[in-house]
Amino acid sequence: MTITIDLRLFATLQKFSPPGAGAYEIEAGASVATLVRLLGIPEIKAKLIFINGVKCTLSSELKDGDRVGIFPPVGGG
Amino acid sequence: MKARIQDLLAEASSLQHQPDNTTRHVISLQHTADIAQRTGRTRREIDILALEHDIVPERYLRNLNSLSPKDQITLLKSHACIVGLGGLGGSLVEILARIGLGTLTIIDGDVFEESNLNRQLLSSEHNLSQTKASAALEKILTINSSVHVLDHTEAMDRKNAVELLGRADIAVDCLDSVQTRFVLEKAAKEAGIPMVSAAVAGYAGQLTAIFPGDRGLASIYGPVESRPSTRGAETVLGNLPFTVSLLASLESAEVVNILLTGDSSLRNELLLIDLKDHHFEKVRLI
Repeated sequence: MTITIDLRLFATLQKFSPPGAGAYEIEAGASVATLVRLLGIPEIKAKLIFINGVKCTLSSELKDGDRVGIFPPVGGG
Repeated sequence: MKARIQDLLAEASSLQHQPDNTTRHVISLQHTADIAQRTGRTRREIDILALEHDIVPERYLRNLNSLSPKDQITLLKSHACIVGLGGLGGSLVEILARIGLGTLTIIDGDVFEESNLNRQLLSSEHNLSQTKASAALEKILTINSSVHVLDHTEAMDRKNAVELLGRADIAVDCLDSVQTRFVLEKAAKEAGIPMVSAAVAGYAGQLTAIFPGDRGLASIYGPVESRPSTRGAETVLGNLPFTVSLLASLESAEVVNILLTGDSSLRNELLLIDLKDHHFEKVRLI
């Protein structure tokens, strides 16, 4: 069984964005860590991960319909 | 003395019809400068005294009524410390000088280089090699000579951070190094003052406000021990002028919000921006 999430990757992580990221299918019960691994994003670059506008951890479980955002460290000025 | 200044202000002011169909007593730049010179007061003191007597310096007329005369007085009596005078800081000093923020401490140890020209509004083909702090000082005083400026041509570090912050009411992080952002945050917390922080990379940017006691930057960049590098995505994506100027505007708005209300809607929240598709999203950090 799969669930569908709305995925948005920011800045340098955009290059890891899969086709159809707005309706990305992943196995039910998958964690954020699984998602990051499937996308090929180095864990060190996935510092800020948000589910439905709230910061979460790599161990957070994804649910159907979740809005997931991943933001890399940014420091320019 | 105050009574004499009050008389001079009343004499020099005129009643002007305003776009919202009200009338206001208004005083010109030239008249406030004359009164300051005649009475030995600073221009800023004269601006404040005028506002206290319902006379609006003409230069601040279009701040009304989004800012009340009382708000304008608060800003004129406020002190912001801007750390970093490149892309973010270079735009921010102009905005804060124009809105009438009374005292600005400006800090940057760098000089302008050609690679700054794409985004740093204080840089030009004519001032390469000039210190960023001296260019910012000149710009501020050209725009609003009643702003009191404390300029520093040295970089902020662990040793001087608290001293450089001085008696500022608020710190503004316009730095380009993650490491120094943590130095500023620590100093601002020690000084017991809030800090507005922004960072950019390419089309993307982030903005937050940190008060003493808040978890702050660690909730964005991770705890010190888990940060192997002080470099962010900007090393790959560069810094684009519209992203930098936008984030400087947003930082300026938050500085004013905090000075006028004592609080911020961005505490423990991060505004994320992606200008590729104009995506703005506020996310909770705790």
